[in-house]
Amino acid sequence: MKDAKETSKTSGSQLLWGLGIGLVFGFLLQKGGATQYDVIVGQLLLKDFTVLKIMLSAVVTGMLGIYAMKGRGWVTLHPKKGSVGKNVIGGLIFGVGFALLGYCPGTIAGAIGNGFLDAALGGLAGIFIGTGLFAALYPRLEKGILKVGDYGDITLPELLKVNDWAVVIPVTAGIVLFLAWLESLG
Amino acid sequence: MSFLTIARWSPYVVGVGIGILSWISFFVSDKPIACSTTFAKASGMIERRFRGDEAAKKPYYEKIGLSVDWQWMLVTGLVMGSFLSAQLSGSFHLQPVPPLWEAAFGSSFLFRNLAALVGGMFIGFGARWADGCTSGHGISGTLQLALSSWVSAVFFFVGGIVTAALLFGLGG
Repeated sequence: MKDAKETSKTSGSQLLWGLGIGLVFGFLLQKGGATQYDVIVGQLLLKDFTVLKIMLSAVVTGMLGIYAMKGRGWVTLHPKKGSVGKNVIGGLIFGVGFALLGYCPGTIAGAIGNGFLDAALGGLAGIFIGTGLFAALYPRLEKGILKVGDYGDITLPELLKVNDWAVVIPVTAGIVLFLAWLESLG
Repeated sequence: MSFLTIARWSPYVVGVGIGILSWISFFVSDKPIACSTTFAKASGMIERRFRGDEAAKKPYYEKIGLSVDWQWMLVTGLVMGSFLSAQLSGSFHLQPVPPLWEAAFGSSFLFRNLAALVGGMFIGFGARWADGCTSGHGISGTLQLALSSWVSAVFFFVGGIVTAALLFGLGG
């Protein structure tokens, strides 16, 4: 593990791992239907809960494994730094695009692989323009709105000052109960 | 191996699979699965091609670095994996306009692409503003229990659900 951590992120074997992980990720997203506009917008219209089912079962599985491995010192967490200005406003802007485009940055890559032309043309061009616009405005945003309500890279167990599992277990239980409730609605 | 040729898998099988994939990603590459920075890099590289090295000197591009890296390869693999899955089940097809869009707003390819262009601009801009997308924040960040990711994921869906309701309430 130590070697992997010291390996530069552009080293050949790590690039191959990235490709392989992406390959499986794309395969799974396509099999789950998450590369389709209809499935994603169906979720936002609260008519088709496929996307939430995929995300929440991934979160529960991932969380249990990652926290178990963290406890043994096998992996290191990489929580992102954040702030109210960043995550609330950025999240809302993203959400507007989520509904209009009907794909997100990961699923649009899958949608392109699936042959969906609105993803490959308008959608992809739009994402490039949007990110370019952000890069142009970044120096101004960075010192202002992105700093408002800064909370750094804190995790929920750190925020609540409790043991990791005091959050992992209730979150797992909450998600499992929510999914069971969704299924019971049919 | 007939499961590989089935068009759809249970969302729980897919979700558990992605969760296990995230273990591998942390263990082997020491990185969470994420996608959106790659689009910003690609955009910067396109800009550099047209406007020269000046473009790459923008502070944001210096921060993320305009090079092909691990995540870039992940996004490349994602396109290939989806293509492979779609090919195996025979569900690969060139689709100009998604069915749900067509039912609500008609079959104009140009109109759908204009909406996708505007939506893409919001997605690209918002993902950089929030510093993550549905994979980086929505799955990888929430599973690490990062506060930034839980807040982002909630507001991705708040924004998305309200916009979709307005869009389809007015148009559909």
